[in-house]
Formats: sequence, structure tokens, C-alpha cells
Amino acid sequence: MNPEHYIEARGLNKKFGYKTALRNVDIFLKEGDSLALFGPNGAGKSTLIQVLCSLLQPTSGSVRIAGYEARRDREALHQIIGLIGHQTFLYPYLTAYENLKFYGAMYRVARLNVRITEVLDLVGLSDYRNDAVQNFSRGMQQRLSIGRAIIHDPMIMFLDEPFTGLDQQGREDFIKLILQFRDQGKTVIMASHHLHLGIELCGRAAILKSGKIVYLQDVAHISKNDFKQIYAQQVGENAQPLKVAQ
Amino acid sequence: MKFAHKLGAIIWKDFISEFRTKEMILSMCLFSFLVLIIFNFAFGSSLKFDREMIAGILWVAFIFSGLTGLGRSFSMERDRGTLQGLILCPVSPWTIFLAKLIGVFLFTTVMEIITIFIFTILYNTTILPFLVPLGLIAFLGTLGFTAVGTIFSAISAAAKSRNVLLSILFFPISVPVIIASVKATGIILNGKSLQMVFPWLKILVAFDLIFLLISYLTFEYILEE
Repeated sequence: MNPEHYIEARGLNKKFGYKTALRNVDIFLKEGDSLALFGPNGAGKSTLIQVLCSLLQPTSGSVRIAGYEARRDREALHQIIGLIGHQTFLYPYLTAYENLKFYGAMYRVARLNVRITEVLDLVGLSDYRNDAVQNFSRGMQQRLSIGRAIIHDPMIMFLDEPFTGLDQQGREDFIKLILQFRDQGKTVIMASHHLHLGIELCGRAAILKSGKIVYLQDVAHISKNDFKQIYAQQVGENAQPLKVAQ
Repeated sequence: MKFAHKLGAIIWKDFISEFRTKEMILSMCLFSFLVLIIFNFAFGSSLKFDREMIAGILWVAFIFSGLTGLGRSFSMERDRGTLQGLILCPVSPWTIFLAKLIGVFLFTTVMEIITIFIFTILYNTTILPFLVPLGLIAFLGTLGFTAVGTIFSAISAAAKSRNVLLSILFFPISVPVIIASVKATGIILNGKSLQMVFPWLKILVAFDLIFLLISYLTFEYILEE
């Protein structure tokens, strides 16, 4: 264990039956680093994020985050991470306020009512505070999901296709929020298909192909077009067309 | 306190959701009502046969109706995509298990109270003189089968044929608790000595403790994937 490494994933392998989702993945990040994960569908981005969050156990390999071992110190680890994923993790029959109250209670957030008001303001859902989530549009649910993930002010944010369902305004607001995370020294790991957005928001980028990291570099000084070429080279001709950020 | 706070939060969330949808309690009560009606047609409204039959009818209603609720406790979380959110919270798997168990136990108890009330009307009988010992047996029996059911509900929630899988896993393991509950209830309803119930109560207590211990030791692995 290198004390400089805030996130240390070593030799991660993950198999689902006969299918190998991750192959010998190593990731080392310092506190405050931001990493964008790219790759075609099925490359293992979501699996990697789930393993790092300890939602999935790796078949072999180890994960250590902020000094906590993912399996042994799961409760302590979960207290400092937030995940925005494909699913919103929201309870449809509870209101926006009740959902945040539930998650806030689970994280033992101090002055919870004040924090809920702050978060609802931040995600632009103050007017829908007492509306049941089942009546929300996908975009509104994603906004509330962002609120759920930040209710406990986590030190590490895992973002798995976080822009899903967000409208233009929601996307812009969320980009500001990610930049704010970075300014606050929080560590961000984001899986995305948006190449331009990914390298704009993150200082480092990794490309996964068939569960293996085929590229991992600082990208602060690489232009968007250069990175697009690198991506095409690494992923190959059979890669699916990528979305380009607005 | 931290443990109780998180336990309370999960139970509160389940109760609010259930209060608004009434999915679990309604299906359990309808099923138990159906069982009572079928036996009522089969045996008539006046039970002149051995009172152990009454015990059998009651526990058939309790167990089968309870199973419909048990199947939903984890499958609803999985279907709504909230199970991962729950696992991602800084909470031990044992707390999640216990909260789910308490929720299902309370819903099942409500169903049992309603079932007994309907039973006394349909079968023109009273259980008031036996209320305390029957309450104890119902408590231990319900705790036993809901503990087993909660474990298997979590295991089967990810399966396509989850209801079939739950039944296949649940019934063979629950045989001791079912037999002990039916026997103990029959002895009480027949007005026999309380001492005759103790061996069955011991089985129920042992069964409950064993399955609570098993769930404490294994639930982390059950929730993992």
C-alpha cells in the first residue's frame, strides 16, 4: 500500500460465470484526482465502478480506498462515497423529501432538514419537495438521484453515465457541480461515452476494452480531437459510434 | 444507537411505501381470506371435529399468505432498483436483514390478527380463552417462518422464477416450525395442559435462534451478488 494512493485497485478480475468482465485492472489515484473511464458498451466500465464501490466483489484482486479495505471496512467506506448510476436508487412511492430524509438518516447527516433544503435547491427540485417520485420525469429523477448521492457530502464521487435523462439545463448544472467537486478537492471517477465532456471534466482518462485497461494517462494537455484519435486507435474499428457532447 | 437509527429508517421507509401501495398487506389478507372460505365450504361453518383441524386451517392460512408477502420484501427492492442503493448505504447487511424481517413480521402479524377475526366469524368459534398462549405460539411460529422466508426471499429475488424458487427453498426448511406451531396450537385449542406445549415451544425457540444466527453469519454473502 502506497500512502500516496487514495484509491488503490490492484489486479482486479471479475467473472460472471464464464464471462470475464474485468481483466487484471490496476488503478491508482491520489486524493483530489479525477478519472474518466471510456470504452464501448460491455467494456467493463460499470462493473469496475461497482467493484470500486464494493457493490460487487472482485473474483480476485483488492481495492483500498482512503485506507479502507473495500470488503472489510465496507460501512466506513460507504460513508465517504457517493454513486450516481444507471439506476436512481429512489423509492417511487416516497416524496422527494422523504427519499432524501431516508438516505440522510442512513448516512446520519447532521441538521438533516437544513441539508435536504440545500440539496433540493441545488438540484432544482425545491418546488417538487412533497411530490411522489413516481410522478417525476426521468430527468427529474436523475436530478433527485444526484441529490441522493451528495446528501452526505461524500469525499469520492462515482459517476456512471451520470448525464442520462438530463435536459440541457440539468446537464449544465451538473457539469458545474462536478467542477465544484474538483475544486473542493474531491475525487471523481466517471464512466461515460461522452469523450469530450469526460476529458473536459477529468484530469486523467482510462480506456477499457474487453475488461482490460488499454490506456491510462493524464489528459490535461491533450486536445479533444487528439484524444478522439487515441480512443479510435485503442478501441479499434469495431467500436460503436460515440456521442459527442453538446 | 447508530444501529437502531438505521434500522428504524429502513422500517419507516418500508412502512410508508406499504401504507401508500398496500401491495403486501392486501395480497396477504386476500389470500388468507380465500383459504378460510375454501375450508369453510369444505367443512361447514360449525367445527365439530378435532380442534387440531382448526390449528391446521389457521396455520395453512398464516404460512401461505405470509409467503406471498415474504416474496415481495426483497423482490420489490430489486425490481425498483433500490436494493443497490440500500447496500451502498453505510449499514451492515445484518441491519438490512433485521429491518426487512421486522417489517415482514409486523405485516404478517397484522394479517394474522385479521385472519383470526374473520376465522371466528366464519367458523362461529372463539379463541379468546386461549389468547395469551396462542399469541406466544403465533409470535414464535411467525418469527421462525418469516426469518427463513426473509433469507430465501433475498436469495430468490434475483431469479426469474423467484416465486417457484422461494417455495422450493422455503417449505422443506420450514417443516419443523410448521409442525411445531400446528401441534402447539392444537394442544392449546383442545384445552390440554400447558406442560404438553413446552416441547413444541422449545423447538420453536431453537428454530428461531438457529435461523437468526444463520442469517447473522451469512446475510453479507447473500446480499453480495
